Amino acid sequence: MSAPRDYETIPGTYVYDAERGRVGYHLNMFCMSLNDPENRKAFKANEAAYLDRFPLTPGQKEAVLKRDWLGMLKVGGNIYYTIKIAFCDGLTFQDVAGMMCSMPKEEYAKMMLAGGRSPEGNRFKPGTGEEK
Amino acid sequence: MARIVGGIACSHVPAIGAALDKGNAGNPYWKPYFDGTIPAREWLAKIKPDVAILIYNDHANALSLQMIPTFLMGTAEFFPVADEGFGPRPVPPVYGHSKLAWHLVESLILDEFDMTIANEMPVDHGLTVPLSVTCGQLDKWPFKVIPLCVNVIQYPPPTGVRCFKLGQAIRRAVQDFPEDLRVVVYGTGGMSHQLQGERAGLVNQEFDAMFLDGMANDPQKLTRLTHTEYMRESGSEGIEMVMWLAMRGALGGKVREAYRFYHVPTSNTASGLLCLEPTE
Repeated sequence: MSAPRDYETIPGTYVYDAERGRVGYHLNMFCMSLNDPENRKAFKANEAAYLDRFPLTPGQKEAVLKRDWLGMLKVGGNIYYTIKIAFCDGLTFQDVAGMMCSMPKEEYAKMMLAGGRSPEGNRFKPGTGEEK
Repeated sequence: MARIVGGIACSHVPAIGAALDKGNAGNPYWKPYFDGTIPAREWLAKIKPDVAILIYNDHANALSLQMIPTFLMGTAEFFPVADEGFGPRPVPPVYGHSKLAWHLVESLILDEFDMTIANEMPVDHGLTVPLSVTCGQLDKWPFKVIPLCVNVIQYPPPTGVRCFKLGQAIRRAVQDFPEDLRVVVYGTGGMSHQLQGERAGLVNQEFDAMFLDGMANDPQKLTRLTHTEYMRESGSEGIEMVMWLAMRGALGGKVREAYRFYHVPTSNTASGLLCLEPTE
């Protein structure tokens, strides 16, 4: 039984499945390397040179160098891995979450304090299903 | 004879660990959360477990995408605390119960659950945050811990029904262990949360309440949730709740809910905490 990809109808969501795993592997393994303090130092000293150690696509390199958090997901990044770059930068998970949905930090924090993003209107991409 | 004396469901949000580690647990943001965890800590102290089987997911620390076991059990006597990219958490190291872990591995594989075996591995916040929440800040954890990792990072994770059946197999295996041990089982992760994409920050309180209700009274209903339903309703990372079902399967048919606590927000997520006691 192959996996039904009906989750592709969920808006603003990049499920790390076989399709993304095939293209994202090296990008994510670069992120994993930042668990090592020596590697964090080398990356910070010269980011582009450090990235050259990994067989990344030009688009993946650019997304990392620009800290395009949403863009990284679109070129195969897995959030549990890409967040390692943010930790290396001294950012928090909430900082990155806000940037991925283009919300100012304060506004995102306010939304979470008010109970988080409502599922209402956020279950299906337009034209792909019925809201309950 | 070993027996399962309790089950705990607990979110493992890293920010909860960071709040404790940095001494921020008493500030206005965190106090309501930590106040709500006190009864669970008191309950667990009364239960006095010898060993915990702690079901969680690793977050690119012990495991990477290089090899992705669906179910993995740590059989070591000792598990160091991982450096997750910002230094290891300042918490005690984790001591395992190698003899019980090997018994579980053998029993589970012969019972058709093909466990990967880890003789050495660091443990990350997925395991240490639930310990901190339910035991507090200590110099030494009060019981031994057997880590059981479930893949929820690379789609697809195991289904809810598969996790529930794994829990049932864990129950059979524990009951077969000849030593007199009191065992608790943790199911960690959840509740509703989405950490990624333009929909980050999703919290579905209605879904979470339904899930908390079902854990005690109708876990069979919860095992019928599909992966897409979890992700659509409770956020892409809400799918971690399949690990709660593994814990629930280990408790047997009837349980009593000893404590329930639900809080929004803990960083980007809703947090749930549930203490269950088997009654049969």
